[in-house]
Amino acid sequence: MITMEHVCKSYKIAKRNAGFGEALKALFHREYEVIRALDNVTFTIGDGEMVGYIGPNGAGKSSTIKILSGILTPDHGTVLVDGRVPYKDRIRHVQEIGVVFGQRSQLWWDVPVIDSFELLKDIYSITEPLYRQSLEELTELLNLTELLRSPARQLSLGQRMRCEIAASLLHRPRILFLDEPTIGLDAVSKLAVRDFILKQNQTHGTTVILTTHDMQDIEALASRIILIGKGRILMDGTINDIKRGGENIDETVAELYRSYDI
Amino acid sequence: MKKYLSFFRLRFTMGLQYRAAALGGITTQFAWGFMEIMIFAAFHRADAGAFPMSFSATASYLWLQQAFLALFAVWMMENEIFDTIVNGDIAYEMCRPVSVYRMWFARSIATRLSRAVLRSFPILIVAALLPHPYGLAAPASLKHFVLFLITLVLGLLMTVSLCMLVYILAFFTISPAGLRLIFDSASDFFAGALIPLPFFPEKMQRIMELLPFASMQNVPLRIYGGSMSSCEMKRAVFLQVFWLIAITFAGNALCRLAQKRVTVQGG
Repeated sequence: MITMEHVCKSYKIAKRNAGFGEALKALFHREYEVIRALDNVTFTIGDGEMVGYIGPNGAGKSSTIKILSGILTPDHGTVLVDGRVPYKDRIRHVQEIGVVFGQRSQLWWDVPVIDSFELLKDIYSITEPLYRQSLEELTELLNLTELLRSPARQLSLGQRMRCEIAASLLHRPRILFLDEPTIGLDAVSKLAVRDFILKQNQTHGTTVILTTHDMQDIEALASRIILIGKGRILMDGTINDIKRGGENIDETVAELYRSYDI
Repeated sequence: MKKYLSFFRLRFTMGLQYRAAALGGITTQFAWGFMEIMIFAAFHRADAGAFPMSFSATASYLWLQQAFLALFAVWMMENEIFDTIVNGDIAYEMCRPVSVYRMWFARSIATRLSRAVLRSFPILIVAALLPHPYGLAAPASLKHFVLFLITLVLGLLMTVSLCMLVYILAFFTISPAGLRLIFDSASDFFAGALIPLPFFPEKMQRIMELLPFASMQNVPLRIYGGSMSSCEMKRAVFLQVFWLIAITFAGNALCRLAQKRVTVQGG
C-alpha cells in the first residue's frame, strides 16, 4: 500500500540570460527561481495495482518516483510505502522495491552483465537458490541468454534495457517503479517488456507504477491512470475515462493535456 | 559486510583489466623517480650536512612513493563517483540497500589497490637493484618493516577517507572541479608528496606533521628508512588512528546531511 498525502517538493534553479556579460553578473548576484515540482500531491495505491502515471515533460512524474523510492526528501507532506517512510528508512525500504530509470544505467559498464547481477545478489542478500530461480525465470522471459556474458557497454539500448529490468527484479521486489522503461526500444522489445511486466503483476502480484510517454504502454498495462501536470494531480481514473471513441490514444492524451492547459 | 566485500571484489577485478593504463603509469613513475633522485643527489652534493635524513633513506622514500603512488595520490580520485553526482546516476546508487559512504569507501580502496598491485612490483624490483645509495634500500629493521606495513594500510584508509570528504562535498557544490583543484594542491603540499616533510623548515614541519595530510604517505615512507625516532613513530601512529576516526566520522555525518538535500541532476 502506497500513500502520498499533501506532498510538496520544490527546486531552486539558478537562471540567467545568455551571454558573457550575464555570466559575469551572475558571479556576484545570482537569480534563483523556485520551481514547484510537486504541489500538494495526494493519492493511494493498493497492493497489486498497475498504475500509469502520465503527464507532459517536467510535470513532476520522476520527482514522485524518486520520493517514493527514498532518493528525494519532500519539503512537506507524508509518504508511506508499506508502512515505511522511504526517505527516513531508505536502506530497509529499497530492499523491498525495484526501480528502473529508463534513461540511466545501473549495470557496471566495463564488466559482463552477469557480474553486475552477481553483485546485486550480494547487495540484496539474495539466497543462492532464490537467485538461481529468479535469474532463470528472467533470462527466459526477457530472452537474455545471449546477453549475460557481454559487457554492458557493448549492448544496444534495447538489449541493455532488458538487462536493466532484470537487474531490478532479481530480489523479487513487491513494488516496482518504472520510469520510462520502454524509452528507445524497438517494437519487439517493447512488446516483450510489456508482456513481462504484465506477467510479473499477475504471477507475483507485484505493484507496478510506471511513467511513460508511450501511450500504448499505458493502454497495455495500466488499469488505472493518474494524470499530473505542473506538480498537481489533475485526474485519477481509468483509460476509459479519457478515451473517446475513434481517436487514437496519442491524440486523446494530447487533447487531455490541452484541456487541462498543461 | 559481505555486500561491501562484493563491491570490493568486483571493483578490484575490474581495475586489473586496465593493462595499458598500468604500463603508462609504470613508465611515468620510473621517469619521475629518476628525476627526483637526480635532483636530491644534486642537493646532497651541494651540502650533505643540511640533509635531514640520510641520502639512502631519501632515495627509499622516493622509490616507495613512486611504487605506491596509487595508494596515496589524493588526485587519483574516482571520476565515476563525481560523474554519478553530476549526471544524476546517484539515483541508482541510492536505490540500493547499502550505505553510500561505505559503498564508495570499499570501491575507492579496491581501485587504489588494484592499481598499486599492477604498478608497484616492477618499480620495487628495479629500484631494489639500483646501486646504493640511489636505489631502494632494505628496511631499517624487521620492526620497522612491520610498522611500515601497518602504517601503509592506515595511510591508505586515511587517503580514502579524505577523498570521501571531497566526493560528499561535491553534493553541495554541484561541480567538483574547483573543490578538487584546491584539495589536490593542498594535500600534495602538506602530505609530503612534493617534498618529504623533513625537508621543510623546522617550525613549519612541526605544524604540518599534526595535520591530517601528514597521516597518509609521510608516516609509512619515513618509518621504512628508519628516519623517525621510536617516540616520533608512536606519535605518528596515534595521529593516524585519531585522524582516521575523526575524518570518517565527519564524512559519515556529512554524507547523511547530503543525502537529505540531494537533488538528482539531469531529470
